[in-house]
Amino acid sequence: MPAALETIGLVKRFGGITAASDVSLQIEKGARHALIGPNGAGKTTVVNLLTGMLRPTAGHILLDGQDITDVEPYRRVHLGVARTFQINQLFADLTPLEAIGLAVSERMGGGRQWWRLVGKKTEIVDEVVSLIEQFRLSDVMCDRTAILPYGKQRLLEIALAIACRPRVLLLDEPAAGVPEAERHEILATVAGLHKDVTVLLIEHDMDLVFSFADRISVLVNGALFVEGTPDAVARDPRVKAVYLGESLDG
Amino acid sequence: MPQPLARDISRHLALRARWHPLEIAFWVAALASIFLLSSKHLILTEIAVLALFALSLDLILGYSGIISLGHAAYFGFGGYVAGLLAKYNIISEPVLALVASGLAAAVLGFVTSFLVLRGSDLTRLMVTLGVSLVLREIANQMDWLTGGADGLQGIVLAPVLGLFAFDIAGHVAYVYCLIVLFLLFLLARRIANSPFGLSLRSVKGNPLRASAIGISVNGRLVAVYTLAAGYAGVAGALLTQTTQFVSLDVLSLERSADVLLALVIGGTGYLYGGIIGAVLFKLMQDYLANLTPQYWQFWIGLVLVIIVLVGRERMASWWAPLRARLAPDRSRAGGVQSVAPVEGS
Repeated sequence: MPAALETIGLVKRFGGITAASDVSLQIEKGARHALIGPNGAGKTTVVNLLTGMLRPTAGHILLDGQDITDVEPYRRVHLGVARTFQINQLFADLTPLEAIGLAVSERMGGGRQWWRLVGKKTEIVDEVVSLIEQFRLSDVMCDRTAILPYGKQRLLEIALAIACRPRVLLLDEPAAGVPEAERHEILATVAGLHKDVTVLLIEHDMDLVFSFADRISVLVNGALFVEGTPDAVARDPRVKAVYLGESLDG
Repeated sequence: MPQPLARDISRHLALRARWHPLEIAFWVAALASIFLLSSKHLILTEIAVLALFALSLDLILGYSGIISLGHAAYFGFGGYVAGLLAKYNIISEPVLALVASGLAAAVLGFVTSFLVLRGSDLTRLMVTLGVSLVLREIANQMDWLTGGADGLQGIVLAPVLGLFAFDIAGHVAYVYCLIVLFLLFLLARRIANSPFGLSLRSVKGNPLRASAIGISVNGRLVAVYTLAAGYAGVAGALLTQTTQFVSLDVLSLERSADVLLALVIGGTGYLYGGIIGAVLFKLMQDYLANLTPQYWQFWIGLVLVIIVLVGRERMASWWAPLRARLAPDRSRAGGVQSVAPVEGS
């Protein structure tokens, strides 16, 4: 069985800087895979390559064994790869309802329908209802996104990715900047994702990584450094040396 | 519990599409102008044409964020197509000719849309301007067909639908233009409130995220640019048909600037801005030209500077209560006040 998502010798250079060098990752179906590494290690670059927002200098990306290296970003979403952004990328002037409704409707191919009025299709509305409830957004669902509290925006950020019903979900620091009190809410939704959904998590918070992941890859200077189970990675002296030392010992 | 939530959601999503009494009043007033302002039908016709043109610009500027300084390209193209169709008796019935002109302009819009996809606002400004200048020069050079700088003479139109002949006082012309404006407005309104329209607003708001939820940003931009070009072509054709003349000035930079000005005065992104702006712009122009025939452009320029300096947002907030009622769901979010930065884009 092919891996859900696989990269083969992925390289990305920006001028003289190599942001990703020969990254070969295998993310198994249903895995809870974490990609960690120090600041500037190239984690977000890898996500941008996987989603097609950057084109690799060399290498290939396979989704369920099929080469998607040259597939447009929006088509990859249709193929089942969705992502969240480290810095919120939301629609400031739309309400959470409209944004989620749009994502659901796009998935069902409704975005090209120019004659139907928004809000008239029950299967879309039903799904929007369940997403709004799942992400506890019902109290702010009719407000403009721009005025939502940050924690709610963060939830919406994830809800939009889930609304695409991905087979592979890429979470780029989902809890970044969220106050401690609201963190568990986001973690709970991520942990509650269906087991069939393959998740690649990028995160700085080691508690979160070790409570969530069943496999961890460590990226240093754009290259894969160590990969293994959380226990093995935590014990690995090289990882401790470059990256984890303080947070594990401390 | 989920039942009422579903109903709320459905209602909220459909909110923008609902007709507000003020909108109905607006169109009733337009209808009344046919009977109550019959001595003003000539200028009202000009207003209706500019309104349709501005509506078309609003589709790309207000709904998908493409800024254009060359929208006259499609207006003028539609105008010349309508003129040639009538002059050479290819399609002499005005409504059919109107449709043909709109389609021709849409094709031109589709072809040129690929040029405006790339680049930033400045690039788009220059590319759209360039397209209109190129077209103007082509029309100038092809004087055997277009009449060049003298304009296209000898346009004779059959009665509208074979029934209503254009009269010298412009009554038929005005009713004709108003009906076309209203029908195309209805279509635009429907499109704006469809899933496609919502996706356009998302593309304008955050193209990065739009593509991350599976929207083909370029595909949507091509579609709306084509549509807007078609609208502009119909507006240009209306001008040709109602004046029975078309000259190079339909392709001029001034034409593109005027329509942008009208739209800016009326406000973008809610479809009525172009129409209201066209009324204000034309009335202002008319009034000022009577007052100071030589210096009216001075005052128009001054008004423009004031609008830009005071800021559209602040002006909009003065009449936010009205706007809030036109778009009920915005009232909740505090009208049209400044947007707090949420995105990193």
